[in-house]
Amino acid sequence: MPILPVILWTDALIYLLLAVVAGFVWYVRRHAHLRAPWWRVAQTPAAMSALVVLALFISVGLLDSVHFRLALPAAQAAQAGKAVSRDVAYAVEVKSLLDVLLASIANRPERTYSAPLATHAYARETLDLPGADGKPGKQLRTYPRLAYGGAHLRDPERDWKADVLLTGFRGVALALPLWLLLSLALVAACNSPERLASRDFWHAVWRGRTAVPWRAILITLALLLLLAVPMILLSLDYHVLGTDKVGLDVLYLSLKSVRTALVIGTLTTLVMLPFSVLLGIMAGYLRGVVDDLIQYFYTTLNSIPGVLLIAAAVLVLQVYIETHPDLFPTSAQRADFRLLWLCIILGITSWTGLCRLLRGEALKLRELEYVQAAQAFGVSEWRIMMRHILPNLMHIVLISVVMDFSGLVLAEAVLSYVGVGVDPSMISFGTMINAARLEMGREPMVWWSLASAFAFMLALVLAANLFADAVRDAFDPRVRVGNGGRRLAEVES
Amino acid sequence: MYAYIVRRAIYAVFILIGVNLITFALFFKVNTPDDIARLQLGVKYVTPEAIAKWKADRGYDKPLLYNEKAQGWHQFTDTIYFEKSVEMFRFNFGQSDDGRDIAYEISLRMWPSLALAVPVFLVGLALQITFALMMAFFRATYLDFWGVVLCVVMMSISGLFYIIGGQYLISKLWNLVPISGYAAGFDALKFLALPVAVGVIGGIGSGARWYRTIFLEEVGKDYVRTARAKGLSEVVVFFRHVLRNAMIPILTGAVVAIPLLFMGSLVAESFFGIPGLGSYTIEAIQAQDFAVVRSMVFIGSVLYILGLLLTDISYTLVDPRVRFD
Repeated sequence: MPILPVILWTDALIYLLLAVVAGFVWYVRRHAHLRAPWWRVAQTPAAMSALVVLALFISVGLLDSVHFRLALPAAQAAQAGKAVSRDVAYAVEVKSLLDVLLASIANRPERTYSAPLATHAYARETLDLPGADGKPGKQLRTYPRLAYGGAHLRDPERDWKADVLLTGFRGVALALPLWLLLSLALVAACNSPERLASRDFWHAVWRGRTAVPWRAILITLALLLLLAVPMILLSLDYHVLGTDKVGLDVLYLSLKSVRTALVIGTLTTLVMLPFSVLLGIMAGYLRGVVDDLIQYFYTTLNSIPGVLLIAAAVLVLQVYIETHPDLFPTSAQRADFRLLWLCIILGITSWTGLCRLLRGEALKLRELEYVQAAQAFGVSEWRIMMRHILPNLMHIVLISVVMDFSGLVLAEAVLSYVGVGVDPSMISFGTMINAARLEMGREPMVWWSLASAFAFMLALVLAANLFADAVRDAFDPRVRVGNGGRRLAEVES
Repeated sequence: MYAYIVRRAIYAVFILIGVNLITFALFFKVNTPDDIARLQLGVKYVTPEAIAKWKADRGYDKPLLYNEKAQGWHQFTDTIYFEKSVEMFRFNFGQSDDGRDIAYEISLRMWPSLALAVPVFLVGLALQITFALMMAFFRATYLDFWGVVLCVVMMSISGLFYIIGGQYLISKLWNLVPISGYAAGFDALKFLALPVAVGVIGGIGSGARWYRTIFLEEVGKDYVRTARAKGLSEVVVFFRHVLRNAMIPILTGAVVAIPLLFMGSLVAESFFGIPGLGSYTIEAIQAQDFAVVRSMVFIGSVLYILGLLLTDISYTLVDPRVRFD
């Protein structure tokens, strides 16, 4: 099927980020002094387990970042009035690779709420029973069967339990060989063949005594597979996490939210990083008037309460979008632009912490001998900043990037609740929580949307926190980064 | 020290002017009052007359910076910038877009906000320090390890879930306190109990972990080794020496938050239906009431700058080594 690739703004930045990370990995591999702290990270069991979980989330997010528009079949295109002989008409809807992969669960809408794994709707409806020989039949208040959830069961009351258990069991049975295969591939990819053949190595893995904590990694992988594979199998026949108000599958919503969270967590820092690094170093190294100006600039920005600045900026954007509808042809582009704007504005409110930290550090570095030597040799100031100061500050930049991630993911949910987060049409944890919150009062409670958002967010943020801690400890246990996130955390409490 | 404080205060005025210019640019240059009026009145079906009337009613029909038609001083004072932005320095906030006096609303809504924020701040700080102290005292034991794990898990949970969970468990399941609402006087207690508890619990994770690192940093210093070498017991070393010195960064760090308590908490107040400044702000954001948002931005900045000033002063009070000149 012909497709029209669509590169949204955030997609382009994600690709850029990937390129930066790849370049960074290549650079680190070539330098022993940079390899050493990463090697320490690789030896931390909690960090490596967290990395496995993060890798899963990141791959979901990346799959969701490849966007395109599908070509309409000829007949539909003719209906749309665009079929001019050879031109291919494309659907207005922008889809991602993840949408295509999840097509089986995304395209099975129910009418409204249904509980996880349910076969019947959550609320009673009035059904018209067909009467005998054409007479109007009776009306019945009952829980109607779902259109897709458990539709293959002939008698749900009797078969449901056995079917769910059996499918779950099949999933577990499938997960184990898959785990063996994956673990072997993973361990084999990272170790030499001689080690793999030795008995001692596997013994050490079993006892948890290898340098790289393979036992922790493999256990995490096993748990993930044990959870994921049965869920995938069950999702073929059921809505594993239930459906939301308009009947969308909650599992699908949760997976789609992952990208939004990742974008907010990473792009926010990426967008503002060049500014904060450049300004911080300039303030600290050049001193004088430059320092005063930059300090004034960030103190001013910092003194505007973060949420309110974000709110003001998002209101401004709303007005802009309303008055310039021609710039945003599809709703996906509009939502994406708003997401990018949110990243920028969140970045503006949170870059000052890093800037101040870098300034302080640059103030210290500029007095050191090697910088004075460079000055004595007549090296230009710009070159000193880039070649001598910047490399020695990179650990602070790195630590603050990883430490900020989790705070930003949490902030997204709060901001969306306040109404100044992502576009309401964009699927995110914040919009999920916000929608679910309105149903708290219902009896019995609609708990599954909240529970899913909770579980997914906890897994993502916890993994990010554990990983960030290990990175901080490995690079510099004394740097007090991480307090930058507290400004956002104040939004929370 | 007084010279220093005066200098800081003058600097603060300059920062406030900067904030003022930024908000003015955001609200009047990037979005002209015309845009705002169009948004408020509905984008498509709006006549120029309706926009003109909307602007005239709210005083947005003047020139932005310079009024050619006026005489003398009024060329500068009879403008939007002067009336809407400069007047804020006199704490004259004017009327909200739906016609109420903003300063009056603030004076009413300040008290519920404080009633929620002050207990959360004090109880939260006390509990965070206590937990951090416990973990630091039993450092490198299982208690410390699992304490940190608990902190990391707790800070990985969004504040929204604490609120939702608290409302569900305490109010709905156990029926102990009302889910939301507010009453004046002593009746407020039963409405405030849950929000305060939720606010305190939600902040413990990150706070306790942060203070623990401060305590541990202090434990590693030379004077602690000296104290041990004198033969002091670990308890005395910890509570007489480490605790006192660690309180300096902790307390001075907390001071900056004190003035901001006035602003209240956005999320908690709107979830629990407390008519404070936080929910006022949220309502304004959702109703796109630019006048209120603008005022709150200004007040927030003033309070933050006040916090910075207080931090500087508290350093000189708590730590005699700090001298400013």
